Amino acid sequence: MSTPALSLKGLNKSFGPAKIINEVSLDIAPGERHAIIGPNGAGKSTLFNLISGLYTPTSGTVELNGEAISGMPAHEINKKGLSRSFQVSNIFTNMTVRENVRCGVLHSMGQGYAWWRNIGSNKAVQQKTWEVLEHCALTDKANVPAALLPYADQRALEIAITIAGGADVILLDEPTAGMSHSETERAVNLIRRASEGKTLVIVEHDMGVIFDLADRISVLVYGEIIASAPPSEIRGDPAVREAYLGDEELPEEVA
Amino acid sequence: MSDTTRGFADLAPSTGAKFRQRTLPILIFAAILFAIPMAGPSRTFYTLAHQMGINIVFALSYNMILGKGGLLSFGHAVYFGLGGYLAMHAMNWIEDGVGIWGAIPMFFLPLVGFAGGALAGAIIGWPSCRKAGTTFAMISLGVAELIFAAAFMFDSFFGGEQGISGDRMNGIELFGLSMGPIDEVYWFIAFWTVVGVIGMWAFTRTPLGKLSEATRDNAQRVQFIGYNPQRVRYLVFIFAGGFAGLAGGMAAVNYEIFTPDALSLVPSGFVLIMAYVGGITYFVGPIFGAILLTYMQSMLSDFTEAWLLYLGVLFIAIVMFAPRGIAGVVFGFLDGVRGENPGRYFGRWIMRLVGILLMLMGLIVLVEVSVRWSNGYGEVYEPFGLHLGHGNVLSWLLVILPAVAGVWLTRFASKEEEGQ
Repeated sequence: MSTPALSLKGLNKSFGPAKIINEVSLDIAPGERHAIIGPNGAGKSTLFNLISGLYTPTSGTVELNGEAISGMPAHEINKKGLSRSFQVSNIFTNMTVRENVRCGVLHSMGQGYAWWRNIGSNKAVQQKTWEVLEHCALTDKANVPAALLPYADQRALEIAITIAGGADVILLDEPTAGMSHSETERAVNLIRRASEGKTLVIVEHDMGVIFDLADRISVLVYGEIIASAPPSEIRGDPAVREAYLGDEELPEEVA
Repeated sequence: MSDTTRGFADLAPSTGAKFRQRTLPILIFAAILFAIPMAGPSRTFYTLAHQMGINIVFALSYNMILGKGGLLSFGHAVYFGLGGYLAMHAMNWIEDGVGIWGAIPMFFLPLVGFAGGALAGAIIGWPSCRKAGTTFAMISLGVAELIFAAAFMFDSFFGGEQGISGDRMNGIELFGLSMGPIDEVYWFIAFWTVVGVIGMWAFTRTPLGKLSEATRDNAQRVQFIGYNPQRVRYLVFIFAGGFAGLAGGMAAVNYEIFTPDALSLVPSGFVLIMAYVGGITYFVGPIFGAILLTYMQSMLSDFTEAWLLYLGVLFIAIVMFAPRGIAGVVFGFLDGVRGENPGRYFGRWIMRLVGILLMLMGLIVLVEVSVRWSNGYGEVYEPFGLHLGHGNVLSWLLVILPAVAGVWLTRFASKEEEGQ
């Protein structure tokens, strides 16, 4: 088996006496679309924060393409090709949409912390910014200040910034939360396009989205993964039903 | 929507717009500076203009961290002062011909100031830029106190209470400027003011300048686009220190003396007020603020001993009612008269202006009468031949009536706006 794109080994995280993440081990293959589901407070966002470097694990390791990244600062992890979005829109509110995406692009275009060149004169940066904007259907709003965007567009911008750096492992934290039905559909299409050829890890509450997108689903309950399998098996797993899905209606299997 | 003929070029402002918004204002600014000496200004005017030039650069450098970087510093004069002190020493080295200094014209002293300010920023910024927000503000205050205290301990560098003085008429002459007469110093100040303005404007257009804005808006997210927000802050801080030092170098040549007062909390507070009153969300805001407050500082203090009180009221009024500063008011006005129904907008604007002037009139009478009353020299405030003593009913009527009328007018204008 090839090296997993992302590998969690015996991951633990405690805040004082509270054990939030408990012995989580998980391998995610390159190109896989992996969903993490679980009830509120199960530790999904904490898990994302551990992987992306916002938190340091109490014990255990995270490996990205076979290299240990746990304990590294978040920006170093990002440079190694792991990018994430946030549950609440986490954008640069006083800048325009174009400037937001351009900031996301800068690092991958080798701009570093340059103070000796004009940001506007680099063709490659402008070209890449344009591509990302077009990819996320944001070109019409390119010069709108991010704070004035409608909610659904802010979520799209959130994803645009996440993919702008060209990372090959992408973590999306509830990308469709709070969206209407049609907005969700648009977001799912965007996620599908954005994650092509990349490894995607997604936390989501909308079961329709999950069963539609994911190749594999892990169920996190009280900081432990109780099942990790393709959607068809998860649907039939009695432990999962009891712990999480309960009486919630599962979408019918599409043939 | 995804029209393939459109490209990235469409998103950027057109060449014409760039010229109008970026190049033209700087050309106009430079043209004004160039035209001033032709009007044959007085010595007083030159003195004022030099102070304005220095403060423009200083206030802009402060806004690199406050407006563009989101870092509130209470000790920015430290970098102005340290840069200025280094330039002051360099002035003396040039006079004595120490080492290679004999070959360096006085004209370039602001660059020495820049180096001094940047070096101080690099040393002090290292621990203080690790955190933003309140922590950063408190550290800046502590550092300012520390450096000010140190200035009285290390006499050979700071010169104790007398400070360090020098003579700018030494070394090689550049551009035929002996740097002696005030109208020759003018060209020196004008040159470095323009260099400072262009330099700091250019900085906002670089990747680091943009990252600074991104870090201000959302430091956490900056980490997830591959940048270390601490390093962004630190680098920006060094540049802000450098430009503050540039202003210090200009001041060193202009005044030929630097005392520890230049590093104290007073100028640190003054630069904050200049930047804020001018408008920290705009690049040009601090320029407006520096011009107005420098004028107030040197001119208003001739008219009234209570000028600091007016400065305080101005600052509080701006913070409460016009948080985007003078620049916000000016650009808001330009947008308003260009928008729908300019006539009514202009009407409301005039109403507000009259209201504010009335309130100001009430305030002035109150302050001037009270100050004289409090002094107890029996002096009486006598504007336009009126005799406004504190026992005169007319005095108090002239406080209350304009103030009430002014408040009423401004509120009326606001209601009118809402009702529209």
